[in-house]
Amino acid sequence: MEQITVKTAEGKRIITKKPELLAPAGNLEKLKIAVHYGADAVFIGGQEFGLRSNADNFSIEEMAEGVQFANKYGARIYVTTNIFAHNENMDGLDEYLQDLERVSVAGIIVADPLIIETCKRVAPKLEVHLSTQQSLANWQAVKFWKEEGLERVVLAREVGLEEMLEMKRNVDIEIETFIHGAMCISYSGRCTLSNHMTARDSNRGGCCQSCRWDYFLYEEGESQETALFTEEDVPFAMSPKDLNLIESIPKLIEAGIDSLKIEGRMKSIHYVATVVSVYRKVIDAYCADPDNFEIDPKWLEELAKCANRPTAPAFFENIPGVDEQLFKNHSQKTTHDFAGLVLDYDDKTGIITLQQRNYFRPGDEVEFFGPEIENFTQKVGNLWDEDDNELDAARHPLQIVKFKAEKPVYRNNMMRKEAR
Amino acid sequence: MAKPELLVTPTSVAHIDDVIDAGATAVIVGEETFGLRLAGEFSRDHIKETVYKAHGKGVKVYVAVNGIFHNDRLSDLPDYLKYLDDIGVDAVVFGDPAVLMVAREFAPNMKLHWNTETTATNWYTANYWGRKGAKRAVLARELNMDAIVEIKENAEVEIEVQVHGMTCMFQSKRTLIGNYMEFQGKDLKVEGRSKDRTLILHDPERDAKYPIWEDKNGTHIMSPKDICIIDELEEMLDAGIDSFKIDGILKSSDYITKITKLYREAIDLYLEDPEAYTDKKDDFVEEVRAIQPRNRDIDTGFFFKETVY
Repeated sequence: MEQITVKTAEGKRIITKKPELLAPAGNLEKLKIAVHYGADAVFIGGQEFGLRSNADNFSIEEMAEGVQFANKYGARIYVTTNIFAHNENMDGLDEYLQDLERVSVAGIIVADPLIIETCKRVAPKLEVHLSTQQSLANWQAVKFWKEEGLERVVLAREVGLEEMLEMKRNVDIEIETFIHGAMCISYSGRCTLSNHMTARDSNRGGCCQSCRWDYFLYEEGESQETALFTEEDVPFAMSPKDLNLIESIPKLIEAGIDSLKIEGRMKSIHYVATVVSVYRKVIDAYCADPDNFEIDPKWLEELAKCANRPTAPAFFENIPGVDEQLFKNHSQKTTHDFAGLVLDYDDKTGIITLQQRNYFRPGDEVEFFGPEIENFTQKVGNLWDEDDNELDAARHPLQIVKFKAEKPVYRNNMMRKEAR
Repeated sequence: MAKPELLVTPTSVAHIDDVIDAGATAVIVGEETFGLRLAGEFSRDHIKETVYKAHGKGVKVYVAVNGIFHNDRLSDLPDYLKYLDDIGVDAVVFGDPAVLMVAREFAPNMKLHWNTETTATNWYTANYWGRKGAKRAVLARELNMDAIVEIKENAEVEIEVQVHGMTCMFQSKRTLIGNYMEFQGKDLKVEGRSKDRTLILHDPERDAKYPIWEDKNGTHIMSPKDICIIDELEEMLDAGIDSFKIDGILKSSDYITKITKLYREAIDLYLEDPEAYTDKKDDFVEEVRAIQPRNRDIDTGFFFKETVY
C-alpha cells in the first residue's frame, strides 16, 4: 500500500496524502459555495443521464462556468452520468460526453458499461469513476473495474472500513466513499420500489423514496392475515438514519481512502457550506498533526445545525441495527434556519449587506460562519432595506437588508438562527 | 422457428422430475450463500443429483451465483465454481464481476449468464458483458416488450426473459424485519423472519401486499403481483428470445409444476399453430388464475407499462 505519512525533522508525523473532500452541488450557486467553503472537488448533474431528475441540474454552459470557477481554487468537477440506460437513452450520449470533455470537466461518475465504453471512445480525456449504483462491495470486483481502465471506484454504501482496507491492499485504484448524508437502504441499483409503486424508474432518476414511507407487517395464513403490530406500535419502516462519519475521518485518512464524499445535490447552500466547512477543518487538523488530533465538540455541534435527520455511522464498523433506523419521527425539524447570505461588508461602518434567506427581525440572535471567520453570535440591531428605510423585520425571500455586524464578516459568509 | 428454452426453478431434488416431465428444458438451482432468492435450497450434493437427473433427460442445469459479494464471501468462491465445473453444471448465473474474475482463473470453461435482475436494460450493456465472458444476459424485469425485442435484435448474447412469477423490488443488507421486531420489543429468538414464515408488508396507499423475508443476504421485498404473460408470448417467440423463465420463488412445488405445464403447452401451441394459440389465450390465463394462491393476483409486469423518470 502507498505511503501516506512522513516524519518531519523534529520527529512529528504528518499526513502527506490528504484525501479529496468531495461535495455535492445541485446548481451553480451551490457549486461556488461548496468550493469557497473548502471542497476539493464537486459533483454535479447535467440535464441528462444522471439520477436526481428533481434537482435543478446544470446546462453545459453552467458547467463551463462552474469548471472555470473551480479552476481558480484548484478544485475539480465531476458529472454524474449514472443512470442504467435503456435503449432509448443511447441517443445523444456521444455529443453529451464530448460536451463535458470540451468544457473541461475532470470526470464522470458512471454505472452503466454503455456509458463507460462510450466515454472512453468519444471523450477519452474524462476520468471515469464507477458509481455507487454498481453496489461494488468486494476487491475482486474492484480489480475487474481497474482492469477495465477506470480511474476510481465509489464503493457500495454497505462496505465497512475493514473491507475498504482489504480492497486497498489488493488493488491499486482510487477509492471514493460516502462520509455524510442521506443513504439508500437498499443496495443501490437494485431497488425498483419506485418503478412498482409509482411507475417512476429509480435507476433513471425517478426514485420517489418509497423506502421512507410507512408499511404494515402481517403474517399471511391459510385464510387470513395476522397483524404483527398492535395499535400502540409504530408502522413498519425501513428509513435509515443519515450517514455521519465525522469521528471516523482519521481512520479513513489512515486507510488511504482517496475521496471522501458528501451526499446531497438537493440540499441547500447552507447545508453544503456547513458540512463542507466542518469536514474541511477535520481533515486539515488531522493531516497537520495526526498524533495529537482530537475531535472538537464544536464541529459536532456545527454539523447538527444543518441536520435533517438523526445520524449514524451505518456500515462503517458493523451491520447497522435497530438504532440506525428511524421508526417514528421520520424527519426531524432542523434546529437552525439559514437566515441570510453576506453580500458585502463595510469595514469602516461595520454595516453588512445581506440577502435574506429566512425571516428574522431586530432582537433575534443570529450566528455568522464562513471560511474566513470564527463563528460568532450577536443580536440583530437596527435593520434597513437597500434604500436605508428602517425595517421591523426581514420578511421577503432574497430581500437585500443591512444591519451592523459586531465583528468583520466576508462576502459569502452565512447567517443562521435557531429555528422557532 | 427455434424452440426457446423453458427455464424453471424447482424447489427440491424431488421436484426435478416433475418440472422436467411438465416440460422444463432447463432448471436453475443454488444455495443462499452464493445465489439470491431461490425457490429451493440446493446443497452441493443436491446440485450433483440435479445434474444427474436433468442431464439424463437432456435438461440443462444452471446454478445461481448471483449474490452481491462482500470480501468475506470471496474465499469460498474458487472452490465452489471448480466444484460446479467438475460436476458438469451447464452455466453459472452471476451479477457480481467478482464471479467473472474468479471463473476466469478457476473455471475458465464454465459458461456464464449475466443476471443482476435490475441493470440489464439496454443491448449495448448486454453485449458488453458478452465480451467479458457471458454467454447470456437475463433482462431486467422493468423493461417493456418493445425494448425486449429491440435488445434481442441487437444482441450478440443469448437473451433470457422472465415470463412468470414474482420479481424482487428491493434488497437491503440490513436485517429490517428483525430491527422492527426489536424496536417493538419482541423476542427475535422466537419470531421467524425467513421465507418459511410468509410475511408481507401492506401498503395501504396502493392496497398492495409485498412479500418480505430475511436471509443471509439481507432483507428482500418482492412485487405485489406475479407476472403472467402466457397470453402475450408471440412477439418474443417471433423475435427469438432464447430462454423463458418461470420463477417459482415462494410458490408450492405443485403450483410450479402446473405453471410449467401451461407454458409448455402455450409455447408449443404457438410454434405449431399460431391461430390455435390465439384462440386458447384466454383459457391459459384462466387456468393460471385458477391455481393462483389466495391474495396473489397476476398482471403483465412492465411488459406493457411505461415508466417515467
